[in-house]
Amino acid sequence: MTYVAHDETAYVTPAEVGEMELYHPKTFIGKYIWSQDAKVIAIQYSITAIAIGMVALVLSWIMRLQLAFPNSFSFIDPSNYLQSVTMHGMIMVVYLLTALFLGGFGNYLIPLMVGARDMVFPYLNMLSFWIYLFAVLLLVLSFFVPGGPSGAGWTLYPPQAILKGTPGATWGIILMLVSLAFFIIGFTMGGLNYVVTILQARTRGMTLMRMPLTIWGIFTATVLALLAFPALFVSAIMMLFDLLLGTSFFMPALVSMGEQASYTGGNPLLFQHLFWFFGHPEVYIVALPAFGIVSDLISVHARKNIFGYRMMVWAIVGIGALSFFVWAHHMYVSGMNPYFGFFFATTTLIIAIPTAIKVYNWVLTLWQGNIHLSLPMLFAIGFIFSFLHGGLTGLFLGNVSVSVPLSDTMFVVAHFHMVMAVAPVMVVFGAIYHWYPKVTGRMLNERMGKIHFWCTFIGTYAIYLPMHYLGFLGVPRRFYSISGTSFIPESAHSLNIGITLAALFVGAAQLLFLFNIARSYFNGKLSGPNPWNATTLEWQTADTPPKHGNFGAELPLVYRWAYDYSVPGVAADFIPQNMAPHEVKHT
Amino acid sequence: MTLFNQLMLKPWEETGLTNQARRYSGSTKEADKKVALKVFLGVIAVVFTLLIVAYAARMGYEDWRPGPEIKLLWINTAVLFIASIFFELTRYSIRQQKVNFFRISLLSAGFFTLLFLYGQYQAWLQLDSMTYFKVTNPAIAFFYLITSLHGMHLIGGLAVWARTCLRIISYSEISKIRQSIDLCALYWHFLFLVWLVLFGLLFTGNNLDYLLIMCGIKS
Repeated sequence: MTYVAHDETAYVTPAEVGEMELYHPKTFIGKYIWSQDAKVIAIQYSITAIAIGMVALVLSWIMRLQLAFPNSFSFIDPSNYLQSVTMHGMIMVVYLLTALFLGGFGNYLIPLMVGARDMVFPYLNMLSFWIYLFAVLLLVLSFFVPGGPSGAGWTLYPPQAILKGTPGATWGIILMLVSLAFFIIGFTMGGLNYVVTILQARTRGMTLMRMPLTIWGIFTATVLALLAFPALFVSAIMMLFDLLLGTSFFMPALVSMGEQASYTGGNPLLFQHLFWFFGHPEVYIVALPAFGIVSDLISVHARKNIFGYRMMVWAIVGIGALSFFVWAHHMYVSGMNPYFGFFFATTTLIIAIPTAIKVYNWVLTLWQGNIHLSLPMLFAIGFIFSFLHGGLTGLFLGNVSVSVPLSDTMFVVAHFHMVMAVAPVMVVFGAIYHWYPKVTGRMLNERMGKIHFWCTFIGTYAIYLPMHYLGFLGVPRRFYSISGTSFIPESAHSLNIGITLAALFVGAAQLLFLFNIARSYFNGKLSGPNPWNATTLEWQTADTPPKHGNFGAELPLVYRWAYDYSVPGVAADFIPQNMAPHEVKHT
Repeated sequence: MTLFNQLMLKPWEETGLTNQARRYSGSTKEADKKVALKVFLGVIAVVFTLLIVAYAARMGYEDWRPGPEIKLLWINTAVLFIASIFFELTRYSIRQQKVNFFRISLLSAGFFTLLFLYGQYQAWLQLDSMTYFKVTNPAIAFFYLITSLHGMHLIGGLAVWARTCLRIISYSEISKIRQSIDLCALYWHFLFLVWLVLFGLLFTGNNLDYLLIMCGIKS
C-alpha cells in the first residue's frame, strides 16, 4: 500500500464501515455516575486520583515535619513515619500519577484527538474506573485496620514487609497487595481500551504519523503498563501466599522476634527483580505521557511545529522498549554480580540518548518560535528545567561506582522527585490550564495561575535542589531520626528545616490552584471552542464542552499532521487537522 | 505498509486524505474485539512467562527438590484438550449452520472445562494428602500458585462462555454468537497452550532443569 494523498477536490467516497453505536443514557445516574462516556470517566479518574494525591501530600508533610523538627510532634512516631513514607510513595506513583495520566488524560484526550466518538469498549471503560475506585478505597481502608497501613517502603521489600516489627505487617500489607491486584485488573481493562481505540478507531485520514505526540506518549505508556504490571501482580500474589499460606517464595530461613520462622529457602532478591521489572517501566509510564503532552503544549504556545516529529515518535517508542532492560539499576547494592551491574549501567546510559534527543527537540521547538508565555507554556518551560536537572542526576545514579555511595541517601530522593514529582506534575498543571477551557468552556484565572506557577516552580526547586547536598553528605532516606550522628553536621539539620518550610509553602500554593479550578468553573471567562488556536481535533468539536459522541453529526476527516503552525504562505498561523486543503486561505 | 515504514513517513510533506481514508470511518466491533483479545493474551503470556522465570530462578538453589508427579494431571491435560476440540467443533458447526450440533458442542466445551477445573481441585487434594510435601516446598508452592492463576483465567473464560450460551438461548443474532465463539475458541486454545508449556516444563519431571542446562544457563 502506498501513501498517496488524494486530490482534495475529489469527491470523498462514503465510509465503507458504519460508525460505532453509542449508548445514550437518559438519567442523571447514567450520565454522570455509571457513565460510559470516556470524558465523564476521565473526570471521575482525575477527581479520585487528585483526592488520594492530597492524602499523600499530607503524608509528605508529616515526614517533613519529623525531619525538620524531630520528636516535636507526639503523633509522629517511627511507625507512623515509615507508614507515611510507604503510603506517600505508593499513592503518588501508582494511584495518582499513573491513574491521572492514563485514566484521566488518556480517557479524555484519546477519543477526541484521534477523532473517535468514544472508546471502543465503553462498558469495560466504565468498569475500569469503578475497580480503580475500589482499589483506592481498599488502600484507604488500610489506615483504619489494626496495625495501620504498611510501613515497608513503597517497594515493599520482603522479608521485612511481612514480618512482625514492620508496621502494618498483617492487615496493612494484605490490603495494600489486594488493592494493587485490583488496580492492575482495572488498569488492564482500561489499557485494552486505550490501545485498541488508538489502533482501530482513528477517524479517516488520521494515520499513525498524523497523531499528536500526546497520543503517542499515552499509547506507548499503556503498552508498557500492560506488559509491566503483570510483574507487580505476580509478586503481589506471591507475597500474599507467603504471608497467608506460609509459602517461601521470598522468605528465607530466618529468626523473627527471637523465634525461628517456618519459612525456608525463599529468595528476597526474586521479589526485587520482579518488582523492579515492573518498577522501572512504571516510571516511564508516568514520564511518557508527560513527554507527549509537553510536546503539544510547547508547539501550540510557541506557534511552531514540533522539531523532529519523527524522531520524537521513535524516541518515545525507543524509550519504551529500552525501559525493560534497565531495571537492575535499582539493585546495584543488592550484591549482584558486578558484570550485571555493568550491563545495566550501560543500558541505563543508552536510554538517556533518546531522552536527551527529546529535550533538544523541545528546546529547538522553542528556538525562534513565536513564544506566548501563557500558563501552559510557563509550566512546559518549568518541566524542561526540572526534567533536565532531575535527568542529569539520573546519569550520576546510573553509573554503579557513583550510585553505590549515593544509594539510599537523600540524593536518590531528590533525583526521583525532580523527574517524577516536579516535572510530570508541571505537565499536569500545564495540561489542566491548557485543556480546562475545552472541558468546561471557561478559562482559568491567569493572575492566580501565574502566582501558582511561580510559587510551585521556585518552591519545588527550594525543596529538591538542597536535598542533593544532603545526599552527598550521606544523609540516609527513610530514617525517622538522623540526630546524634557524627557525620551529619548541624547545617544539614538547618537545611532540613528550610526544605520543610518550602514544602509546606508549595503545598499551600496548591490550594490557590484548587480554588482557581472551582471558581473559574462558575465565573471564568468564556473560552469559546478554540482559545489557543490549536490544530488538533479536540479543539474542532461541534460543542464546547463536547457532548456525548464528541463531534456532532459527522466525524472529522483529517487532511494533515497535528503541527501545521506558522506555515509560510498561509494567512492564519495555524491550520486545523480537519481543514481541507482548498479551505486554507493563503496570503 | 509495515509498521516500520509507517513510522518512517514524513507527515508534514503530505496533505489530503490518505488511502486509509477510503477504507473506513472507524473500525468494526468484530475487529476491535479480536485485537483486544490478542493484546490481552499478550498480557497473560507475560504473567506466565514471569512465573516460569521465577520457578527457574528458584530451581538454582541447593535445597530445590522437585514435587511429586501427579498422574491425574495427565488426565486433566487430556480433558482440557477435549474442551479445545469441542470449541473448534463449535466453530465449524456454526459455520455449517448445524444448529443442534453447535449447541451440543458448545455445552460440551464448557462441561469439559469444568471437569478440568474439578480435576485440578482433585490434584490439590491429592497433594494435600501427601504429608511429606508441604507448602513450604517451593515446587509445591509454585504448583498451587500456577494452577490457581491458570484456573482463574479459565473461570473468567467460562463467564464469557456462559454469556454466549445465554445468547444462544435467547436467539441472538448469529453473527454475534459466531464472534463470541471465535473469541472463546482462541482464548481456550491459548490457555491450553499455556497449560501444555507449564505442565511440560514444570509439572512432569525435571524438564525445565534439562532445558536450562541445554541452553547453557545452568551448568
